[in-house]
Amino acid sequence: MGNIKEKIGSFLPEAVFEEGQYITVSVPADKVHALALYLRDDADLRFDYLANLTGMDWGESLGVIYHLNSTTYNHWVIVKTSTTDKENPLLYSVGDVWATALINEREIHDFYGIRFINNPDMRHIFLRNDWKGFPFRKDYDTNPEINPIPLESDEYLDIAPCVKETDNGKIEESLNTIFEKDDYVINIGPQHPATHGVLHFRVALDGEIIKKVDPNCGYIHRGIEKMCESLTYPQTLHLTDRLDYLSAHNNRHALCLCIEDALQVEVPERAKYIRTMMDELMRISSHLLFWSTCCMDLGALTAFFYGFRDREKILDIFEETCGARMTMNYNTIGGVMADIHPNFQKRVKELIAYLPKALKEYHTVFTGNVIAQQRMKGIGYLTKEDAISYSVTGPSGRASGWTCDVRKRTPYGVYDKVDFKEIIRTEGDAFARYMVRMDEIMESVHILEQLVDNIPEGDYAVKMKPIIKLPEGTYFRQVEACRGAFGVLIESKGEKYPYRVKFSSPGLALVNVVDLLSRKNKIADLISIGASLDYVVPDIDR
Amino acid sequence: MFDFSVVTHWIDNLLLSIMPRSCALFIEFILIGVALLLAYAVIALVLIYVERKVCAFFQCRLGPNRVGPYGTIQSIADMFKMLIKELISINHVDKFLFRLAPYIVIMASMLSFACLPFAKGLHVLDFNIGIFFLLAVSSIGVLGILLAGWSSNNKYSLIGAMRSGAQMISYELSIGLSIMTVVIFAGTMQISQIVEAQRDGWFLFTGHIPAFIAMIIYLVAGTAETNRGPFDLPEAESELTAGYHTEFSGIQFGFFYLAEYLNLFIVSAVAAVLFLGGWMPFHISGWTSFNEIMDYIPSIIWFIGKVGIMMFIIMWFKWTFPRLRIDQLLKLEWKYLLPLNLVNLLIMVLIVIFSLHF
Repeated sequence: MGNIKEKIGSFLPEAVFEEGQYITVSVPADKVHALALYLRDDADLRFDYLANLTGMDWGESLGVIYHLNSTTYNHWVIVKTSTTDKENPLLYSVGDVWATALINEREIHDFYGIRFINNPDMRHIFLRNDWKGFPFRKDYDTNPEINPIPLESDEYLDIAPCVKETDNGKIEESLNTIFEKDDYVINIGPQHPATHGVLHFRVALDGEIIKKVDPNCGYIHRGIEKMCESLTYPQTLHLTDRLDYLSAHNNRHALCLCIEDALQVEVPERAKYIRTMMDELMRISSHLLFWSTCCMDLGALTAFFYGFRDREKILDIFEETCGARMTMNYNTIGGVMADIHPNFQKRVKELIAYLPKALKEYHTVFTGNVIAQQRMKGIGYLTKEDAISYSVTGPSGRASGWTCDVRKRTPYGVYDKVDFKEIIRTEGDAFARYMVRMDEIMESVHILEQLVDNIPEGDYAVKMKPIIKLPEGTYFRQVEACRGAFGVLIESKGEKYPYRVKFSSPGLALVNVVDLLSRKNKIADLISIGASLDYVVPDIDR
Repeated sequence: MFDFSVVTHWIDNLLLSIMPRSCALFIEFILIGVALLLAYAVIALVLIYVERKVCAFFQCRLGPNRVGPYGTIQSIADMFKMLIKELISINHVDKFLFRLAPYIVIMASMLSFACLPFAKGLHVLDFNIGIFFLLAVSSIGVLGILLAGWSSNNKYSLIGAMRSGAQMISYELSIGLSIMTVVIFAGTMQISQIVEAQRDGWFLFTGHIPAFIAMIIYLVAGTAETNRGPFDLPEAESELTAGYHTEFSGIQFGFFYLAEYLNLFIVSAVAAVLFLGGWMPFHISGWTSFNEIMDYIPSIIWFIGKVGIMMFIIMWFKWTFPRLRIDQLLKLEWKYLLPLNLVNLLIMVLIVIFSLHF
């Protein structure tokens, strides 16, 4: 720990250190890029993974927070930078250091109006082009007359405005062409069977070959992070189920962990077991749904029904214990909402006995099929370096050989007490991503097997005060959701409402990588790439 | 075995006895046309129902079960829905071609439908180049699909139509060559004679290895010709929504839908005619009493039974396999099926020359 501080201090004497969860360093805006390069490339630091990029409005200044992690050493550092210019806030982009920053900076530009120098694309991403004001600034006027419900559809910009720094250090406005005038652009989405939601890809084609993909998000942007700022902490929990609805338990687990960390609440052992089991059940159900939809996208409609048939069994378990099949609202601060249903253990055991047989059937029906293999093998190749740079975590990252499982790297729940393998593949293609998920189902079954009979007796939750106030500070916590590392950042000013909540979703990173993976492939490959990445749209748009 | 030509001759004689020849012919043409159209619609409705049920059972579902007993009236209800739906007129389409396209597609499948021998003596178009005629008219359909895609002014439709064009033209080769194999074996192109030649055993058995290979290739290529899964790229739902017929509505869409199912019937029927003896009962040369028992089963049942088996196999393909990609599809045709077909043709020629068949 001290080493990181010393190294940063000697590289950048003007850096200011703060106490907190991790080493936190504030640096002037114009030094961020140099520091970023240093942090990534220094042999002892190797901060090659940008886990979270958050925009902030600190009142007198606007800024960003970088949560950096090293995939080699697994140490963390938080870098903060800010600008006091609220009229025309400019910061330097780190998109060339960590590619995932490119899309996150667009989000920050949307919400805070901060423009990033050298980011080639400063279009709106979630909001409309004619949106007035910057909704996440604290002085934002929510009067509906300023932004009335529009009756006309938004224009898509083919030319992106951006800010560039010239060689002699001058900063000037510039334009960046996304699509040429004579490009044959077709729209995949927003209403399209293969995007699994209202996601919109604009695809430039050369015959059947993809020249470029421009993802267009925001069709179901609900401003969940903004809503959280006016809700009490227990209320914010309910919104997490509505992000990635296929990892509802995992998302909520992350937020609960983050709040419990801040309050330093110790969760009863029984609650930890239940949470872990629920997370794994959720993962199985999500991966089953992935299998179903992947088969459907590749044209095997029958397989789709088999997957859904088996997923029902898990939803039945959820329904008994949580009272709902989709938005379960189960985890709560200090434990879980209710104790498990008396049938829970019996049903889980039935599921454990049933799933291996079902998986064998799946492999016979689909995995072994020549057509399926031809459609997936060698398609959408993602290298390990790119996976880290684009922050492609979860099964998609592990298929590229990156050991990015949060359950292994920083165990939470009772993951340190169970024995399971982290499924790693090195091929990096669509088939590897598919196989990682299929094998993870078996690993999850294995985890459940170890836990189902050992749930300790005791309370399922600790009693919390009706009004929860978090001590001042910035808190960040990650869990392994079904499609990658799901991070929660809470900035608290010591009040009963959070000052800023940020959900760093794995989905946004996955969408960011689609262009890289699908270029020079056929249009049909875009479908298999999308299916193998398994993004969920509410998770992207938030 | 009942010969349907008794009925047709009776009608013919009846008409000739009360009116001059030209009038009688005119009335007969109209009668045949109406009968064909009716059969066409009824078969399509039955097929839609069957496909739904088959697909449902593959997918652990029940399929239609509300309208009528076991949902049998469902497809008729759907037909009425299709008939009374509004034809949505779309801006910026090439109106003439847009309206022409469904008719071309349905005309092509009608014409090939007329070539089928449904039962002994129940055969509309039968002349010395029958199978050649069938091939020729069935390839008109691709023109309709291309026109539909082109005139829709929709990028999905256009890509779907182009795929369809490439696919159908390629697989036409395989179909043609595998039919050619059988024609060499039968020594005739007249459909009735091809059926007659299978009196002592179906070509699938008498032609043994090359006939078997030709049948497999024919089934693969036939599935591709009808744009059904796993070769349903032109209307690949998860890529191109509905492909070339995305913009069509009401009865215009209905025509495409109808033609699609009828093409399935036609492909299966041609397979039955070429390899399984059409309406010819299962005969084994020499076993006279066995053959006579087989003859008691009406020829139309034989025909429909064989077509049914073929259709079931094609449906089985569709509901099991994932979809191919366009380059894989073309590779399969040009690199595997076509060379195999040519070799197979050569083997068949040698077998016929040296009389190595049964």
